[in-house]
Amino acid sequence: MKQVVDLQQIRIKRDTREPVLEGLPLLFGDMDKNALEEAVRIKEKHGATVTVLSVGTPKLKETVLEALAIGADQATLVIDPVCDGSDPAATALVLAEAVKKLGGGDLILVGEGSADNYSGQIGSRLAEALDVPQVTYVRQLTVEGSTITAVRDIENVLEVVKVDQPVIVSVTSEINKPRRAPLTQILRASRKPMNIWTLKDIGLTPDRLSPVHRVVSNLAPRQQRKGILFEGDLDEAVGKLADALRKEGAAP
Amino acid sequence: MTSGIIVSSEVDSTLFELLTKGREVSQQLGIQLCALSLRDPDGKNAQECFQYGAQEVVAVPSIGPSGLDPEVYARVLFQVMKEGGPDILLLGSTKLGKETAGRIAQLLQAGCASDAIGISVRDSELLIERYSLGGNTISSEVITTKKKIISVMPRTFEAQPAPTTGTVTTLDFKPPPQRVMVVERREKAGEKVSIESAENLVCVGQGLGKKEDLKLINDLCAALKAELGCTRALSSDFHWLSEDRMVGISGKKCKPKLHVSIGVSGQIQHTVGVMSAKLIVAINKDKEAPIFKIADYGIVGDLYQVVPKLTQRLKISAS
Repeated sequence: MKQVVDLQQIRIKRDTREPVLEGLPLLFGDMDKNALEEAVRIKEKHGATVTVLSVGTPKLKETVLEALAIGADQATLVIDPVCDGSDPAATALVLAEAVKKLGGGDLILVGEGSADNYSGQIGSRLAEALDVPQVTYVRQLTVEGSTITAVRDIENVLEVVKVDQPVIVSVTSEINKPRRAPLTQILRASRKPMNIWTLKDIGLTPDRLSPVHRVVSNLAPRQQRKGILFEGDLDEAVGKLADALRKEGAAP
Repeated sequence: MTSGIIVSSEVDSTLFELLTKGREVSQQLGIQLCALSLRDPDGKNAQECFQYGAQEVVAVPSIGPSGLDPEVYARVLFQVMKEGGPDILLLGSTKLGKETAGRIAQLLQAGCASDAIGISVRDSELLIERYSLGGNTISSEVITTKKKIISVMPRTFEAQPAPTTGTVTTLDFKPPPQRVMVVERREKAGEKVSIESAENLVCVGQGLGKKEDLKLINDLCAALKAELGCTRALSSDFHWLSEDRMVGISGKKCKPKLHVSIGVSGQIQHTVGVMSAKLIVAINKDKEAPIFKIADYGIVGDLYQVVPKLTQRLKISAS
């Protein structure tokens, strides 16, 4: 799961078009929550141990409590200042080494993309790094013994696929409706096991995570909209809008 | 094979869009433009690639575009790109392409920019633009590894023919055993609409109270000769409209001349799909709704009152 800032609350500086990220609440991305929900449902049906794995900064320790309250049994966090989640190659390398140290995993569930970056590379990079098959864009998942059956969404087609575990599955938001953490569980969550590892613990050094991108700028798109608002009497407002559309050549 | 740009997509229209962009970039960088052609028994696809400016085509007769496995696709690309092969890959960002992009990037230990919406050359470097922070910003970035993987949203660039001639090389590729078995393929339910190509688009969101009220919106669509689109909630959660009408970061990206947004709050995940509309009109009862920030014209009011009035007005003007 990836910790992201609350994207709905991002403000843009009017003069520079820079986003203001300081002080924003941190949470897990929506599709990461779908992945967790699916893991917990599989556990409830078949019995399993659910581990939340996340890479990031020290603030992860608070965010992960929600995942534990929802039903994960334990958490493993790899915490290092260089792991800011901006580089999929580095994140995937850390996740791959952490998965190895955890002894694998029969089913690795990820969101189809992170809420902020939506690059969708993590599952694919992990699949190659761990040499494990992957099924992407899954909206329905059934586990039978060591085989999974998944319905995957590829544009206008739905594909039903079967594959043996271990397997990586990326899920879309259609797969389930994530539950909220029950209040009673939030208190108990802090007593669940939490491994906190550094890069050194998984045999990595910061130089192996040197970024493969250089961000030149990251600004809100230039707004050249007119921003004309009609309020008050609706007949009048509709009339003005219809006139404006006609002048623009956009309506009869 | 000289080092250069290779372009690939299982969708022909996307392949030609990428070739058009690839041609511009390869000329600026002074490198070769190559296309990958998947199963092409009569060589027709290769010839089409030359129509769009490819200087070289690598044909893979043993692998077809339909039902292509991303693990196999990545290995085809790896065989072409490894060692002395092309350094830059432009891949169509379909779901298959996007999964494959991450895989080939990992195989080549390369940086990868997903869902590019712009590619340009600056100081002989490739500058890639893509949405960041959930669509709040556009990030301009450079991939710093020698090999560079870029997946490009379909319909981002316009395909323009530029006939050339060139050589076709056949790749001797032995597919690895497939680990994910496809047991069934079925078309998604719902009408076949393509809202991406609509000149006028009306999008409706959760301001609409019930499915039956879609009639109001459809009447406006008829008056505007517009296609109907919607937010994720209306298709994925409520199932009022089929998914091929869903607009946004995980749905369709549209470039209509006129976009009318009705009862849509304007969350960035949705508005990313209409940001490039020429003219945006918003109708929402909440004056503070973010949708008004990206609108050219807005009416603050209850859609149940505004929409019928607007439909009526447009009908009168048209008659």
